[in-house]
Amino acid sequence: MKGMTIIVKTISSWVKVLIFLFGIYIIIFGHLTPGGGFAGGVILASSYVLLMLAYGREFAEKNLSLPVASKLDCLGAFLFALIAILGLVLGGSFFVNFLYQKYLPGQALNLISAGTIPLSNIAIGLKVGASLFLVILSLSICCKDFRPDMSANKEE
Amino acid sequence: MSPSTTLGTSIPLPVFVAVPLVTAFLLPIFGRKGKSGATVLANLATVSLLVLAVASIGQSDVYEIGKWSIPLGINLVLDGLSSLLLLAISVVSAAAMLFSVRYMEQYTAKAKYLSLFMLMVTGMNGVVLSGDIFNLFVFLEIASIASYALVGFGCEHEELEASFKYMVLGSIASIFVLFGVALIYGNTGSLNMAYISKTIQSSGLNAGLGFALALFIVGFGLKAALVPFHAWLPDAHPSAPAPISAMLSGVLIKTLGVYALSRVVFNVFGISISTGWLLIAMGLLSMVAGAFLAIGQWDLKRLMAYSSISQIGYVVLGIGLGGLIIARGGNLAWASLAILGGLFHLVNHAVYKSLLFLTSGSVEMSTNTREMRQMGGLAEKLPVTRATCTVASASIVGIPPFSGFWSKLILVVAAVQAHFYWVAAIIVFVSLCTLIMYLKVQRYVFLGELPENLQQSKEAKNSMLVAMIFLACLCVLMGLLVLVPSLRSHILDPAVKVLTDGLEYSTNIINMR
Amino acid sequence: MPYALCLLLFVIGLYCAVVKKNMVKIVIGIMVMEYAVNLFLIMLGYRTGGIAPIIDRGHLELETGQIAATFLSSSVDPLPQALVLTAIVISLGSLALMISICIRTYGKYGTFDITEIRRLRG
Repeated sequence: MKGMTIIVKTISSWVKVLIFLFGIYIIIFGHLTPGGGFAGGVILASSYVLLMLAYGREFAEKNLSLPVASKLDCLGAFLFALIAILGLVLGGSFFVNFLYQKYLPGQALNLISAGTIPLSNIAIGLKVGASLFLVILSLSICCKDFRPDMSANKEE
Repeated sequence: MSPSTTLGTSIPLPVFVAVPLVTAFLLPIFGRKGKSGATVLANLATVSLLVLAVASIGQSDVYEIGKWSIPLGINLVLDGLSSLLLLAISVVSAAAMLFSVRYMEQYTAKAKYLSLFMLMVTGMNGVVLSGDIFNLFVFLEIASIASYALVGFGCEHEELEASFKYMVLGSIASIFVLFGVALIYGNTGSLNMAYISKTIQSSGLNAGLGFALALFIVGFGLKAALVPFHAWLPDAHPSAPAPISAMLSGVLIKTLGVYALSRVVFNVFGISISTGWLLIAMGLLSMVAGAFLAIGQWDLKRLMAYSSISQIGYVVLGIGLGGLIIARGGNLAWASLAILGGLFHLVNHAVYKSLLFLTSGSVEMSTNTREMRQMGGLAEKLPVTRATCTVASASIVGIPPFSGFWSKLILVVAAVQAHFYWVAAIIVFVSLCTLIMYLKVQRYVFLGELPENLQQSKEAKNSMLVAMIFLACLCVLMGLLVLVPSLRSHILDPAVKVLTDGLEYSTNIINMR
Repeated sequence: MPYALCLLLFVIGLYCAVVKKNMVKIVIGIMVMEYAVNLFLIMLGYRTGGIAPIIDRGHLELETGQIAATFLSSSVDPLPQALVLTAIVISLGSLALMISICIRTYGKYGTFDITEIRRLRG
């Protein structure tokens, strides 16, 4: 998959960093403003999709390859499961907000508050970002397959 | 009721959902090189789920997630019906996983197969344990999406077509279920099944709730492949790899379809006369249509898929008959007997239909074809496969010492006792049709002459044989579940009691915390 | 009245999923049905003249730290919004799987027309 013109490449190399940063902001402040894990993860994935559209699929694949994205995906799911199990160990029931109740209550409406919710948001954001990027990358690999089939059908 | 087990400690219920989920995300890390390690881990996970399910047999428990009390938070509920189905799911998934150790060597990407399989088990365990109607929908979707991907796993022509058809119909069914959940929330203001039931009992059914009940019957009926909505099953089950066919036909259509339907109709809405007649009608149509369409099939797995439709008709007929008797205010003992027949047939069918699909997978692996006209005389080449297939066929037809006989007998006795003589006659007639179709399987596949190109067929490998023999032994022993009174009162009677108690589910849950 | 429009959108999606012959149009029909149900869920929680259910500094009483009564009486219901978020994620996964099967089927059969993709019969 080829990239686009030089103007698009230059501008997108500046803009993608801003998009990535915006995605991280939405994830981390998810307990105070609208957004949270899923929406922030989608924005993170879209910064990589911008990279893929502007520079071509091979460049994006070298930047964040399929096995690495797969492992990041699993890491995100593990972190989430770890938070749930720590709730069982430290609090007595799955998903108990043990940080809020015992260790670190924090003050309402600050960044550090609401216990384990920001940590869950980060885990979900990581997982969703990695897996959406993986989906779009895998779907674009299939592009190569139909050209030979279609031209073979037309020649017959 | 305080929870207690033989071990003295109570098992936290999210373990049944967390173990397969964590395994599913651990498996892709192994990648290409660690395939055998991944397989060992997956088998360990299914066997441990089986142990946990057996250990939780007498319990009934309400587990509140995050310690949020019931109308505010999500809860998981384990009662008699849930533990019966957990047992069925874990038995079939352990056997299918053991079978797929050797069978899936034919396909590439085995690690992804294993993790999709574990996701499907997670979804099914979650549906059975959930006490909250939106949570039921979420786990239903997890199991469905994993099964859509597994049906098309080989990426050949037929498998992709079957997977697309299954996916479109399954998605429409799930959207109907979500619409029903939205209507229920709008009319009652709560998502917890116990609280919804309490609200419906005090305020009665209005137009919105009636429409929601209709949407649930259509949505769950499509997942269970009852007759007006069965069009996806004869394409999806043959095209899937054999252990996945065993899981789909053995437990998925029962958990996502029959369990969810009976939970919503009996415990949340309350059974009424029209709903009971509707269930009986759908059950009878499924039995008859499935049996007639199966006799003319020449593809081995397609015949077994149509026979699944027919047998699910038995289950829904038993449950509907019991429900109708309860709704009319008739004798509770007759209703309990009918529901016992239906639920026992559900568990039996899970075991023997999955065994039939596993034997067909073994036949397919040795002969590379599914056409029965091209097979014959495989009895001497595949002796263990032939023996287990005969045991399973005898069970499904209903020959005396095997388990199928007892469940069909209970259904016939219940129908005759409740003065539904024509229903009993149809049950016996469809059993005769089942006999014809399985005699056809035995004659064309195992007896007769061995054609030239199949002289090289070999018996299946060890792990596949162990899985098949395990299920065959269960087929023989399951008759004891009804005959031995202590087993029946521990395992089957609590499940029947949940459905016959009906609307008292809500008071039980609220008092149990 | 807005509920009737939602039902109309649902029926349009159902028609498109059932009648059309192109695989991609069937997928789009299913997605329209999904949007209609999500919209219905959000509309259930609406309260006329309500505000978004996000607690801000202005909504907390300064002395006790409790939530002000004006917030409770004028905010819309946040529970359907959480349900819709979950439903959107699920439909995203389902859509990704449907599109990948469409792509693979096109690679094998060369067409998107479902009347020509009928090897399974009987």
